[in-house]
Amino acid sequence: MKTLVAMSGGVDSSVAAALMVEAGHDVIGATLKLWQGPDGEAPTAGCCTVSDAEDARRVAAQLEIPYYVFDYTDDFRTGVVDPFIDSYLLGRTPNPCVECNRTVKFSRLLDQAADLGCDLLVTGHYAQVRREATGWKLLRGIDPHKDQSYVLYMLGQTELARVRFPIGDMTKAETRSIAEQLGLRTATKKESQDICFVGVGDYRSFLDSQTDEARRSGTIVDRDGVHLGSHDGVAGFTVGQRKGLGVSLGEARYVTSIDPTSATVVLGKREDLLASGARLSRVSWVAGAPPPPGRVEVKIRYNCSSVPALLDPDGPTCTVLFEEPQASVAPGQAGVIYRGEELLGGGTILSAVP
Amino acid sequence: MYLDHAATTPMRPGVWEAMEPYARDGFANSSGSHSEARRAKNALEEAREQIAHLLGAHPLEIVFTGGGTEADNLAIAGAALAGGERGGVVTSAAEHEAVLESARFVSRLGCPVRVVGVDRWGLVDPAAISEAVDERTVVVSVMTANNETGVIEPIAKLADAARAANPSVAVHTDAVQAFVSEEVTVDLLRVDMMSLAAHKFGGPKGVGLLYVREGVQLEPVLHGGGQELGRRSGTHNVMGAVGMAAAAQATVEDRKRFVETVGAAREGFETRLREAFPDLELNAPVDARLVQHTHVRFPGIRNETALVRLDQAGVAASAASACQSGAATVSHVLTAMGMSADDARQCLRFSFGWPTRVADGEMAAALVKTTLEDLR
Repeated sequence: MKTLVAMSGGVDSSVAAALMVEAGHDVIGATLKLWQGPDGEAPTAGCCTVSDAEDARRVAAQLEIPYYVFDYTDDFRTGVVDPFIDSYLLGRTPNPCVECNRTVKFSRLLDQAADLGCDLLVTGHYAQVRREATGWKLLRGIDPHKDQSYVLYMLGQTELARVRFPIGDMTKAETRSIAEQLGLRTATKKESQDICFVGVGDYRSFLDSQTDEARRSGTIVDRDGVHLGSHDGVAGFTVGQRKGLGVSLGEARYVTSIDPTSATVVLGKREDLLASGARLSRVSWVAGAPPPPGRVEVKIRYNCSSVPALLDPDGPTCTVLFEEPQASVAPGQAGVIYRGEELLGGGTILSAVP
Repeated sequence: MYLDHAATTPMRPGVWEAMEPYARDGFANSSGSHSEARRAKNALEEAREQIAHLLGAHPLEIVFTGGGTEADNLAIAGAALAGGERGGVVTSAAEHEAVLESARFVSRLGCPVRVVGVDRWGLVDPAAISEAVDERTVVVSVMTANNETGVIEPIAKLADAARAANPSVAVHTDAVQAFVSEEVTVDLLRVDMMSLAAHKFGGPKGVGLLYVREGVQLEPVLHGGGQELGRRSGTHNVMGAVGMAAAAQATVEDRKRFVETVGAAREGFETRLREAFPDLELNAPVDARLVQHTHVRFPGIRNETALVRLDQAGVAASAASACQSGAATVSHVLTAMGMSADDARQCLRFSFGWPTRVADGEMAAALVKTTLEDLR
């Protein structure tokens, strides 16, 4: 089958491309240029660097497949970066990888793959797609440390029919070992961890570089409204944050909520962070329709395990109630719902249920 | 089918044969004082004389460079910074990046730079030049023909307008694309400096030249051993210069045939293309464009997708503007012509060259039709 492989220049997508070639597909490799500096230059750090594209190009040459770079900077700006900035200004904690998958990779790129005559779009994500009698299923990646299904929750039947993740049933170690066996130049390449467009420095300095509003000062109060200090922008805070609060109270304090309208950051104790559930908005279901209410597992951050919960789906929003109270339910993050290995769907966390 | 000759065209027959002796036995450094060096030096100076003759210049007015970009840099930065001055630069918004970026470079060093706009066809208005040139201006640079759209600028008129505003300005033109098919001599264009790049007209890559009229003062861009009368240091690329001269000779001798053959091929190409895509839009004026360029907009078809499909079908075309990573970008030339970013992303350049046969035009159009028609 004619297949478009999205190649970032990392080891995962390199191996994904190699496996598709090995399986006899007619493969085209492509790197997405997602972000650029003010003068249109490619970033030198983070993702999308010229050197990443060069690695992808060289791997494609080694695999003897055609290779192109697609300019998605406009779509990425409007679909990912602008909402990322807006979200922080609203006191939320966005997940740009989710938005990139939603608005760029599995929408625009999927359309372009069709325009190029490709039946399949392949990426190097650690997740599994399986065809069953009841339809397409999305499952966690085999490697529990690498599972990336969380950022793919928005995929539905239409997308899954045309998407493949060839390394989803492998561990990272296996991926690297295949890359080494094939002599791919990306075999020992370092993992990219940061938000790709933020580059050197943290997201706060990125926000500062993009908008003056990130610097709107406000007050820090405790849960009774007692003034504790001041800050220079709600965008510098995220729910659950303990470090760098700029106030010293002798004992650990956490951000428990953020009110963007009054630019107020509220601090509390660890137990004040605990929530009994989360409300999700923009919910999508892999099967196309919500599952019946019942026991599920829910994952509320990329870097935490999923926890048992009760699901109450209700149209475009839904509520999950945790079996045990959970800390750090951050509005803006994805809440993703699993049943065992199967990903059922997910949405954006709208608010915590107290 | 190769339709990207404006990016690079294959070497013309005989060029490599002319170069090869200097890759082997004639390898010596032309600056030495022994017989081996003299052999290389003779070849270099013969090449210089041959090219000077073709351009209507004196051999000492030819400065060999490492290509068109370096020639443009030397012309702009060299003139603006000559004698430790901060001279003014006037250029157009549709110039090649080599000129625009050189202008930005000297601007950062404190030189006053003015960039005049172009009309919807990419043409520069002589009145805009005379308005932009003032007593501080030392160099005016407008390309002979645009590398993307192929529009031919009224260089002689622009040169007159510039000198009317300030008689001491040096007029530079990047003739890299125009030399391929247009009669280009320094007096015909009335310019003081002119850039050429060998690989555009059937010579090797990595060699070009800057014509510098006697009396024009330049600050060198490359500093070192003082070759090229101190205007461009660096060991001579003898083999490259010999190849460039052979290609230039062939280009001039073959020009009449080139214009006829390529003209007929392009006519067939564009006629068939219009039949297949009735809403096709031409981005260059029919009465003032290079014979080898077809630069068009396919309404509703994204050029990035089109280029991949064409490549898969064996057709090499171009979006004429790519960033370092290889992604197609929105062309500054089209933006300068007032085109929206969305429209600019629907434009493709097809360019023909000396190997093109008349029948290639219609064949190419048929390939483009089958490859792109379902995208509309």
